[in-house]
Amino acid sequence: MVKKMPETKELKLFVSSSDTAIPKIMYEVLLALLPATLMGIYFFGLGTLKVIGLSIAGAMLSEALIQKIRRQDIMVTDGSAAITGLLLALTLPSNSPWWMVCVGAVAAIVLGKQLYGGLGWNPFNPALVGRVVLLISWPVQMTAWPKPTPLFSHAIDAVTAATPLGILKMEKAAAIVNISRIDLLLGYRGGSLGEVSILAIILGGLYLLFRGHITWHIPGSYLLTVALFTGVFRLISPAEYASPLFHLLTGGLMLGAFFMATDYVTSPVTRKGQLVFGFGCGLLTGVIRLFGNYPEGVSFAILLMNSVTPLIDKYIRPTTFGKKQPE
Amino acid sequence: MGTTYFIGGIHPPENKITAGCPIETFPVPAKVLLPLSQHIGAPCEALVKAGDMVEVGQKIAQGRGYVSAPVHASVSGQVKSIEPYLHPIGRQVSSIVIETDTNQPQEWANSAIPLLKLLSKDTAALRDQVQDAGIVGLGGATFPTHVKLNPPVAKPVDTLLINGAECEPYLTADHRMMMEHPQELVSGIQLLAHILGISQAYIGIEENKPDAIAALREAATKIEAKGLTINVVKLRVRYPQGSEKHLIQTILDRQVPPPPGLPMDVGVVVQNVGTVYAVYEALSLGKPLIERTVTVTGSGVRQPKNLKVRLGTQVSELLDFCDWDSEGAGKIILGGPMMGMAQYTPQLPVIKGTSGVLVQTRAEVNTAGYRDCVRCGKCVEVCPMFLMPQTLSIYAERGMFKEAEEYGLTDCILCGCCSYVCPAKRPIVQMVGLLRSLKAAAKAKG
Ligand code: SF4
Ligand code: SF4
Repeated sequence: MVKKMPETKELKLFVSSSDTAIPKIMYEVLLALLPATLMGIYFFGLGTLKVIGLSIAGAMLSEALIQKIRRQDIMVTDGSAAITGLLLALTLPSNSPWWMVCVGAVAAIVLGKQLYGGLGWNPFNPALVGRVVLLISWPVQMTAWPKPTPLFSHAIDAVTAATPLGILKMEKAAAIVNISRIDLLLGYRGGSLGEVSILAIILGGLYLLFRGHITWHIPGSYLLTVALFTGVFRLISPAEYASPLFHLLTGGLMLGAFFMATDYVTSPVTRKGQLVFGFGCGLLTGVIRLFGNYPEGVSFAILLMNSVTPLIDKYIRPTTFGKKQPE
Repeated sequence: MGTTYFIGGIHPPENKITAGCPIETFPVPAKVLLPLSQHIGAPCEALVKAGDMVEVGQKIAQGRGYVSAPVHASVSGQVKSIEPYLHPIGRQVSSIVIETDTNQPQEWANSAIPLLKLLSKDTAALRDQVQDAGIVGLGGATFPTHVKLNPPVAKPVDTLLINGAECEPYLTADHRMMMEHPQELVSGIQLLAHILGISQAYIGIEENKPDAIAALREAATKIEAKGLTINVVKLRVRYPQGSEKHLIQTILDRQVPPPPGLPMDVGVVVQNVGTVYAVYEALSLGKPLIERTVTVTGSGVRQPKNLKVRLGTQVSELLDFCDWDSEGAGKIILGGPMMGMAQYTPQLPVIKGTSGVLVQTRAEVNTAGYRDCVRCGKCVEVCPMFLMPQTLSIYAERGMFKEAEEYGLTDCILCGCCSYVCPAKRPIVQMVGLLRSLKAAAKAKG
């Protein structure tokens, strides 16, 4: 009769939710990185494919291995390890030796992500952890940038070239007046293989914004802070400091602002917190670029702000509905 | 564009497939199962015993505390037994089983008392009548209505809000009620306003129900009560627009303080459309709460319907009536998809708080597991209570009461917006709900 319960069907009862799942977001991020990647290949030759491939493969293999060792579900195809690998590759010189790329990729996943419990628990951006490990271990290789030799241009010898920021650091503002802003925008300059084409990066960033996977808060406040900070010093001494535009168009700033600082896991969850985070990244980047020993400061700025993220989330919290009575 | 409202929230597919289906009367069932607890508050004690003959509308169980609502026989017949049966909350609850006697009259026969006569009655007497009729909030909260109608002197109430938002996807019972009985609803509103001694009332309806808005605007022009104004407010379609707190904020721009804050703390009493109709019937016909409107819907039923159902009718009977696909069904939910309760069997009764029966097919049900939070912040953005659901859910998952409390365990209205948007598919609202019940259980144990 009624009291008898029919056999329970084997079903898990979850709230059915919107179709946006993590793998989908991850693959769209990969898609958004495609223009910058292609421009990197274009400027630095087909050899870059080796760096990119190794980095992605290294990241995915070490992720799968660790998940296997820890007897977890193997979720390596969710795209997150691939993003880490690709992002790392994009921050490396295009002629990085194969072993260095592998070390970087493994370090990114193992030290930067899985050591903390995997996706969601890592305090630092894994790709940046990998990059910094390499930067500290092999500073020479990590700062020797090949001169861009666009595909089909018949240039044969790969010559090294200082990055625009490097030139600025060594020779002050007078030396950079000849650098074409158009070249910077397109990516015809020395630098990491995926950071050079500002146009391509912005294109990908806009796509992510348009798809709602990131919001303007972090890149907006980051870029604005860099512009304001460098702008103030430019006003004080134009002979010594470069223009804000130059700063926006050089180094890894665009790539960092749209694709690294916006990493979900390592940035604050509230919009207000994200503004603070972006501001901090901008300030630190500016300080390191203008007054530090390194010409570029994006990686360190973001990593430093990553470490502040828990604090930001602890103290910048939304006010619960009804807590504050409107008068 | 409808007025709005609050920040946060979501707009899930509306799926109001039964919006065009007039309310049909479900036949009197052969047997009803009436749990002794169908409201928030102390459970009732049975006034009858096995073997007793009862008449439709007879009070068969009575609560001891003030915050309680009596239960009435929804059919005429014989009490078969009183024993625990499965209740929609997922536990066994002591229930009265009545077998219908088809030789007895099953309909409520009283004729209506004119509104003006009722409006001249003493308010305390009317309120007692509401209490006696066993009326509770029919939107799903099932809080005893008479308690809401009796605000303490320290908390003067100046506004009555009628909740016709019906923001849950799929559900259309309130929508049909507003279209089919606007005049009765307006009478009910006048009676409620009379009991509360107030002069302004609002009806909030989401703009996806223009016919209901028109019907009530028309009906509201014929007010008999003196000095009362009734405004019909068109609301933007947004979930959870029908949450009491958000409805008040939208229409009156007042914020209910956090728990134990109540709408009456900001001078408001909110009643659901179905409740207003029940109050009207109780006062004008003397009819206790023995039936309610239920939307039976979802892609798992071939003939979705709005049904007027005797309380205690088995959900399985409603599903059969609507030709459900019992093989392909993946999930049965009592209530709407956002806040309803998933059931593992249809062998349980319709109770006072059952606003809908939703059947999803296997293909629709998300059976994938969930994973760790990736801190995307989407849940924070949509939480209409301005909480940080991801932090809350992590504490809830680990059973950390104190920390969860600090992150809004009691403030959460269990609306489910967070789970809806979460790309990690975390069952945040379920975790919060579970921790809350654990807390309540721990408290009950002392
Ligand atoms: S935390 Fe609670 S109130 Fe906030 S969205 Fe989730 S269920 Fe709704
Ligand atoms: S929506 Fe889900 S994954 Fe995103 S922050 Fe909230 S709980 Fe975490």
